[in-house]
Amino acid sequence: MLKKLLIANRGEIAVRVIRAAQDLGIATVAVYSAADADALHVQLADEAVNIGPPAAKKSYLNMDALLAAARDTGCDSIHPGYGFLAENAEFSDAVSAAGLVFVGPSGNAIRLMGDKVSARAAAAAAGVPVVPGSVGRVDSLEAARDVLAETGFPVMIKAAAGGGGRGIRIANSLAEFEQAYPQAQAEALAAFGDGGLYMEKVIGRARHIEVQVLADGHDAIHCYERECSLQRRRQKVWEEAPSRALSEPLREELCASAVALARAVSYSGAGTVEYLYDDAADRFYFIEMNTRIQVEHPVTEAITGIDLVAEMLRIAGGEPLRLKQADISVKGHAIEVRINAEDPAKDFAPFPGKVGDLRIPGGPGVRFDSMLYNGYQVPPFYDSLLAKLIVHGETREAAIARLVRALGELQIEGMKTTKPLFLALAADPSVQAGDVHTRWLEGWLIENAAALAS
Amino acid sequence: MAQILSPLPGTFYRSAAPGQPPLKADGDAVAVGDVIGLIEVMKSFHEVKAEIAGASIAFLVDNEEPIMAGAPLAEVG
Repeated sequence: MLKKLLIANRGEIAVRVIRAAQDLGIATVAVYSAADADALHVQLADEAVNIGPPAAKKSYLNMDALLAAARDTGCDSIHPGYGFLAENAEFSDAVSAAGLVFVGPSGNAIRLMGDKVSARAAAAAAGVPVVPGSVGRVDSLEAARDVLAETGFPVMIKAAAGGGGRGIRIANSLAEFEQAYPQAQAEALAAFGDGGLYMEKVIGRARHIEVQVLADGHDAIHCYERECSLQRRRQKVWEEAPSRALSEPLREELCASAVALARAVSYSGAGTVEYLYDDAADRFYFIEMNTRIQVEHPVTEAITGIDLVAEMLRIAGGEPLRLKQADISVKGHAIEVRINAEDPAKDFAPFPGKVGDLRIPGGPGVRFDSMLYNGYQVPPFYDSLLAKLIVHGETREAAIARLVRALGELQIEGMKTTKPLFLALAADPSVQAGDVHTRWLEGWLIENAAALAS
Repeated sequence: MAQILSPLPGTFYRSAAPGQPPLKADGDAVAVGDVIGLIEVMKSFHEVKAEIAGASIAFLVDNEEPIMAGAPLAEVG
């Protein structure tokens, strides 16, 4: 078991990790920038170390300062949380090289999954469905026609050497494709000196579904799925578990594929395998694997009863997986909403204010993960997440009702937050029916802009 | 001498992107509406526009420096 843990993060996730460590009897060291001296994670940890000025790259992203803080306080391990250095392979390697335990996978596993091409290849090799497309580059129209047999339409054509959206074309029919292909080829050659192209099926309407895995380097298990289709600018705002969209056989197939991938790469720690699920085709496709604990992990904890952060710490301490797949079952339905310091009435403008009177929701089935306290000045230097409200009920309908009740109890005086957004979403018939996809919220926000502004 | 005050708290940037020259150099003339810098607040970027004009601007805050709302960013004369 780990003895003393440095938490290389801030905000609600630093608080979350400190709590899990303290529950296991592990001593905790917080780190903080000059802007976070009064932060809750600093107050809750056994010790705290100032690691630099407010700018993240001079503090929370400063590997030397973090390693020095761990060494000076006698830590044997570092938990990276999410964001900052959580998926930085170099940091994982540096922590190991310093003789400390990185609470997460090896640098090599992070590298493998962090690169889109190698992650896709690893997934395909493990039998995980990937978005249909060319295996590598396509150099002729004849080869492209063979790929079309797999992708169908619409299909995306992009320069193999490209990046940043340059040279991307979408063809909706064979006629469009035969016109677009030579143009894309000429454009790629002109722009990159390489006419090689890459093709991929365009998945139109899809849900974002992800599978939580736990692994110890030898064995892997899953803790079922989460659905995070409600997104704004590719940021999840509302997450739930389980997904209402999956049939039982497909759920088992999806979760088994995530376990197969974790096993194939000898994964260690907590990870999430993300997929797009196409309702109409009843097919799922691998997108990427996140090699860290995720913001939305509490919904999985709510339905499975597992403390995922505690399991991460046990695995990092050298214990084999304590749970077997048969031990894990789903109970009820959970929803998490992200309470951000943003004003939905003003196009989600950031609002780094000072917290006045604070009323935190409670009662059965309600969890509130946050770093807020009365009088806390929210610093402007980091992301806008203030709190995660997680509700659990016997059914999805009960969970939504409980969400509305808990949001009603929540009062954060002095701040503008995303609370009104979630009250409006909870009342929306499409959300109530679970009839959404990853681009649904953007359209809804345009249609409901006036209502949110009032 | 009139001052341009920061409308927001956050991190002040003198240029539009890393590696690019400053939007305004010390001594440059300023017209109303000119963008003189950016402020990063909670990972979103906001332009700071001059509300006054002048023959010469002098910055009081360095690139990437943390600032509070209402803090003077530059003097315009």
